[in-house]
Amino acid sequence: MEILQFGFMQRAILSGVLIGLTCSILGVFLILRRDAMIGHGLAHVTFGGVALGLFLNVSPLAAAMVVAVLCSIFIIKLRERTGVHGDTAIGIVSSAGMALGIVIASVSGKFSVELFSYLFGNILAIGTVEVQVAGALAVVVLLTVILNYNDLVFVTFDHELAKTSGIKVNRLDTVLAVLTAVTVVLAMKVVGLLLVAALIVIPAATGLQLAVNFRMAIILSCLTGVVSVLGGLFSAYYLDLPASGAIVLLATVFFLFAIAAAKFPGLAGER
Amino acid sequence: MDEPGSLISVDNVSFRYGTDLVLDSISLDVRRGDFLALIGPNGSGKSTLVKCILGLLQPSQGTIRLMGQDIRDFTQWHKVGYIPQKATELDSLFPASVREIVAMGLLAGKKFPRFLGASDAKAVNDALELVGMETFTGRKIGAMSGGQQQRVFIARALASGPSALILDEPTAGVDASTQTQFYDMLDRINREKEITLVLVTHDISVVTKHVRQVACLNQNLIFHGSHEEFCSSMQATRLFGPDAHIVCHSH
Repeated sequence: MEILQFGFMQRAILSGVLIGLTCSILGVFLILRRDAMIGHGLAHVTFGGVALGLFLNVSPLAAAMVVAVLCSIFIIKLRERTGVHGDTAIGIVSSAGMALGIVIASVSGKFSVELFSYLFGNILAIGTVEVQVAGALAVVVLLTVILNYNDLVFVTFDHELAKTSGIKVNRLDTVLAVLTAVTVVLAMKVVGLLLVAALIVIPAATGLQLAVNFRMAIILSCLTGVVSVLGGLFSAYYLDLPASGAIVLLATVFFLFAIAAAKFPGLAGER
Repeated sequence: MDEPGSLISVDNVSFRYGTDLVLDSISLDVRRGDFLALIGPNGSGKSTLVKCILGLLQPSQGTIRLMGQDIRDFTQWHKVGYIPQKATELDSLFPASVREIVAMGLLAGKKFPRFLGASDAKAVNDALELVGMETFTGRKIGAMSGGQQQRVFIARALASGPSALILDEPTAGVDASTQTQFYDMLDRINREKEITLVLVTHDISVVTKHVRQVACLNQNLIFHGSHEEFCSSMQATRLFGPDAHIVCHSH
């Protein structure tokens, strides 16, 4: 296949599939915990982190990673210790992160073009080192989810009940938020910060429409995420479409099909 | 000091939400094998006391011991099953099968990473058999009736082989005939498996038909005694008003 002969496409496919998988898995937990918007909030924070990296002349990816991870922990602690609702905590921290990016961009006045490229993403321009970093971090995220899978399912099902079973729910909340922060930073190259929440939410929402058990929800979410990324990349190559937009639109089409399929008993399994 | 045979020991426990005193110097012992009803009007502190016993809330005064151990040092949470008032709150889209829900009950007794094996599958099936739900293993929990969901939650609590079950208004939103079957099942679990039951309820007819001990709470513990003593006292009238009509059944 012609498309697979190009190094840039091989890198895009490899990183896209890995990141699509991590987004799809985390998305199932986040949606069911009513935390879907944390991806959106951390994307805003990541914008501030990228701006800080460019301003300080250090790796934007590394700066964004540090800022996003710290902010994810801050969101959880703000919710735990002050009783502020989750969506309020996300709203406050994400707005502050975005404001930081705008102020830094304005004060420096020299890297706006580069900064805005992170908003829309460009998976076809991903470099070898970025693929290696994305690959390593994606493996860390996937391993952490696998090792904590049963606990995460229990905490997602019922926070209080999990606590009465001796599960360290606060620690798991923090782990999930940090994994989400890492994933958002990785995904910004794939679909851009403006659409990163879509890659977390839409495949998972699609899986949840059809699944009768948790494992099936994760498998269907992963299938939707990976097929959307691959379909988006093929569309970008053959139809000359922007990859990020094509990926998200394709995922949205799958979601609409899932809603339709869920309406017909038998097609979606026993519900 | 705990009384001999005491499974849950609440000693002089008070709890405040901010400045509001919700529990005032409660002392209560639940002995092994008891079937105790914890009753009281809305806002009397029943659920707060249960949350203190489960370690979800820290009392502002007093101590709680489970199986002789101070709750702050207690680690054997698989020995205490909790069934919350869940059926009416469950997200119908939640993609969990009956098998997955019951398997959650086994996690408390495991160390990290809490993977489930073949022996766990047997424990899940055994627990489902106890509540008569063994043919529903693959069904999605959100697609089941309230009564069926509560049976599954009981199976989840039973899977780890508990010594005690604490049930917080388990039949809220469940129809009358299903409630009867549900309480008959609890009776069986209490008598045949010798599992101690603590039942938080508003339903005074349950108290008179099924339980052996009654504790009435209204910020203070205003009555704690046997089912017969409760029936012959005026506590129900005091708690639920002069319209409360009690028909007591001998056990």
